[in-house]
Amino acid sequence: MTRPKPEDDEYWNSSKFSAFTFDDEDDEFTKMKESKRAVNSMLVDDDDDDDDVEKVSWSGEPIGSKPNFTHSFLLLQYTLAYAPELRKPKSECKDYMSDWSPEETVRRMRKGKVFSLERFRSLQEKLLLLDEAVSENDGNVITAVLIYLKKSLSKEILFRELMLREIALRHYVHYLKEMGEQKLLVELMKALGRTDDMALMQYKEHLNIKDEGQRRDFLKNCLSLPFSQDDAIHVQDHYTLLERQIIIEANDKRGDAEIFKKFPRKASILNMPIITTLYYSCFYHYGESDVSTLTISEKQYILTALGARAKLKSWFDVDSLFNTKNWLGYTKKRSPIGFHRVVDILQKNNAPVQVLQEYMNLIDDPELKLSLAQKYKCHDIVIDTYRDLKDRQQLIVYRGKVERGSKEDKKIEELLCNMQIRWKN
Amino acid sequence: MAHTGRRDAPELPDFSLLKRLARDQLIYLLEQLPGKKDLFIDADLMSLLDRIANVTTLKQHEVDKLYKVELKPIVSTSDQLCFLIRPRIQTVKWIADIVNSDKASGRFRRYKIIFTPQKFYACETVLEEQGVYGDVTTDEWAFYLLPLDDDIISLELPEFFRDNFLEGDQRWVTTAGSALRLVYSLYGPFSKVYGIGRCAKMVYESWRDQVEDGEQKARQPEIGNVFLIDRDVDFVTPLCSQVVYEGLVDDIFRIKCGSVEFGPEVTSSDKSLKVMVNSQDKVFNEIRNEHFSNVFGFLSQKARNLQTAYDKRRGMDIQQMKTFVSEELKGLKQEHRLLSLHIGASECIMKKKTKQDFQELLKTEHSLLEGFEVRECISFIEEHINRQVRQHKQSKTIVSYGIEHLLTFANLKQIGLLVEQQPGETLTVMESKVGKLVNDKTAGKLTDAFSSLAKKSNFRALSKRLVLIPKSGEEYDLRVPRDMAYIFSGAYIPLSCKLIEQVLERDGWTGLEEVTRMLNGHEFAVTGPPQDHCRTDPQRIILVMFLGGCTYSEISALRFLGREKGYKFIVLTTAITNSARLLEALLDNHA
Repeated sequence: MTRPKPEDDEYWNSSKFSAFTFDDEDDEFTKMKESKRAVNSMLVDDDDDDDDVEKVSWSGEPIGSKPNFTHSFLLLQYTLAYAPELRKPKSECKDYMSDWSPEETVRRMRKGKVFSLERFRSLQEKLLLLDEAVSENDGNVITAVLIYLKKSLSKEILFRELMLREIALRHYVHYLKEMGEQKLLVELMKALGRTDDMALMQYKEHLNIKDEGQRRDFLKNCLSLPFSQDDAIHVQDHYTLLERQIIIEANDKRGDAEIFKKFPRKASILNMPIITTLYYSCFYHYGESDVSTLTISEKQYILTALGARAKLKSWFDVDSLFNTKNWLGYTKKRSPIGFHRVVDILQKNNAPVQVLQEYMNLIDDPELKLSLAQKYKCHDIVIDTYRDLKDRQQLIVYRGKVERGSKEDKKIEELLCNMQIRWKN
Repeated sequence: MAHTGRRDAPELPDFSLLKRLARDQLIYLLEQLPGKKDLFIDADLMSLLDRIANVTTLKQHEVDKLYKVELKPIVSTSDQLCFLIRPRIQTVKWIADIVNSDKASGRFRRYKIIFTPQKFYACETVLEEQGVYGDVTTDEWAFYLLPLDDDIISLELPEFFRDNFLEGDQRWVTTAGSALRLVYSLYGPFSKVYGIGRCAKMVYESWRDQVEDGEQKARQPEIGNVFLIDRDVDFVTPLCSQVVYEGLVDDIFRIKCGSVEFGPEVTSSDKSLKVMVNSQDKVFNEIRNEHFSNVFGFLSQKARNLQTAYDKRRGMDIQQMKTFVSEELKGLKQEHRLLSLHIGASECIMKKKTKQDFQELLKTEHSLLEGFEVRECISFIEEHINRQVRQHKQSKTIVSYGIEHLLTFANLKQIGLLVEQQPGETLTVMESKVGKLVNDKTAGKLTDAFSSLAKKSNFRALSKRLVLIPKSGEEYDLRVPRDMAYIFSGAYIPLSCKLIEQVLERDGWTGLEEVTRMLNGHEFAVTGPPQDHCRTDPQRIILVMFLGGCTYSEISALRFLGREKGYKFIVLTTAITNSARLLEALLDNHA
């Protein structure tokens, strides 16, 4: 920092800026002197004589060394920002005259003190500011800096820089989400090459559409977005499902059919998940509509259809769910879910004992079969299973659980007397 | 039945001061807008405000009408509007809209926004952009700490979890640091600060910077040690089904700011009842940390004792009766009331959990934790959520529970809870939890099974290294628990609490290098300036700060640990959470 030339002092001493004494050795005032000198030279000189005048920035360094402030801007800044302050006592001025480095600025921001970001105009300084904010970990400050950068940098440049700065990027994305800047977000995702995120983001907008017809149309348009393969399937399903639901809803709303009077609908089918829709279809429209185009597994289908038909006590329909023809043409019962599960569901729907027993007999695991049979008091099955296991002891024990003189009792007695059975105990 | 602690256990500091401070601050701020005003309160702040300043107090300070913040046009006719809100951009936009529509219709009003616990620059920017910056005054109500009980303090910031761990937004770091700073200035200085987790480290640094800037009066510390821990160091524990009474009450009835609303099915009348559930409720206090299997037994015993006490009056004369009525009866009636409430609640819990085949769920969960019987667990889970094992597990739950959850899965992936499974590998059980939330009616039978997926292999290794799964050899007596695993029926010691136990025992992280490596590091242990007092009590009071939320189960576990080792734990959490709320925070099924 150069010392002021003596002749300058005279000018200043006689000027209206007499609030200051120039005997101070304070660095700040030395700086101020330099500034005043710069301003002074600006006020006096014309642009043509630029070369003769030493252009000085606030830090006292010649302007030529940094591509920073132009003359007029310097003047403007000075007048607008600092002129009133010159009249304030030194102690208050200290705040405004301290080092305005990025570090200092970020520190001030963290403490909620007054700060100014506008002075950081070069890209280099802006990035320094951002990096400093990130290193201080305060999200509030990081976002504030990003808001400034958003205003003062083209989005291409900003995106390019954010690509290299993960933490800043996350804050920026969150900010844009909160501000509802959908369009910009999509552009950002695109620039980052995160096309599936971009697609998801656009897809998410469907949540804002209340009218189902409009939502369906929106989803249709979404189909062309660059989703990942799996996501694409789901969006397709979503669209197909909603389309189907709209049709069903239109028909069923009136509730004319007999079944709706017996089992009135609890809610509209619109926007319900696939399984719920499937259940609804199996319940109200069994055999009519074709839901097989949707991505449902066999298990899911069976379970849902079973639940619906059992509720309606359509045991015949339940039966046909499990019938398959094997290669010889014989009908055999097969289930992708364990038959014990089937029994549970049937029992919960108060299926008659014969029906329960029929499915219980299809359970392979004897232990499981036994426990279920005992739970639901299907005596015949218990007896038969013990017979098959050749477990005489258990049969004797079980006899105690059945009613004396009942046909189960008689059955057990018969078996116990049967000499042909090779009991194991 | 509450286990008596060691007789030398230290006394807890008095946290009621925090409420008084907060109240005074709020009143001061309200008075900055003199005259009648209508107050709009953020929905999230209503329970909290109830604890600090009730309606009467507010009305005493010229609050005329109270409204909940709903993002719709307002009907208030007052000339002065005051808004008490969390610093959310959406809310600020709504306020700006109000101001602008007033301006458009030529209506002049005064507006004051009180941000709590602080305002964000982004909020101010919104005000500026909407052209209303000069029309409103803004203030900060620096309310950080709400004592929920003698040993629980909450920041009531459930959004901390999602903002920090899902969105990666560090906006609340300074807030947490300030909360810690407040504790420090009122109850410190701290001797030691331990911690683990990226956020914990940042919060520690923020606190340290704030302390360095400010002044600390020399005082006798009441809290000696602090432990900071990120929620994402242990995701497994909050996702486990809770079986301690307090945890169950939260899971089923939802405890908000230390109070719960019991519906008619519990109160056996046609009315609902809102009660405080804390140490003031003598009955609750005795059963809160107990495993649910003990609760019924305890409550029936208490009921019998109560009956005996009531029966005493049979043989009394007039004088004795008078004494009885004036001294004992009120207490007995109170106890009776509480007892019937908790019995009602327990019955309700039993009913709900039986419906969900709770036993089965727990068994599955425990097996998954142990790593055994995985295939059986899978089939159980499968059948309950109607799926079949396929490569990409994501699809199934989406299909079952609504396509909108496609977005939720993106979130789960983000946060590391869900990873693409290798072919042939086992289930991503997170989905089952999500399914449970989504469509609880149809999927009521969902299992709460899970595993911490991103760190799946790590969890197994961690649990081995830290012995989180107690040996299943002998019977585990839940009435006389021998370790923290009792909170999960003896199946699992919560990772978070085990870490705390180990670090305190070793006074640092020595010997735990393997463990910290598996948890992605960021551990620290700092010793503060030496204290020149010789009191050891504060050293045994440990403040555990959970960043991202903690569960009642973990609190029960820490209470147990404290009783065992002669510590007293104070839990400072950003919010009380449970499996439902944790996953809900990740749901993206609403705009």
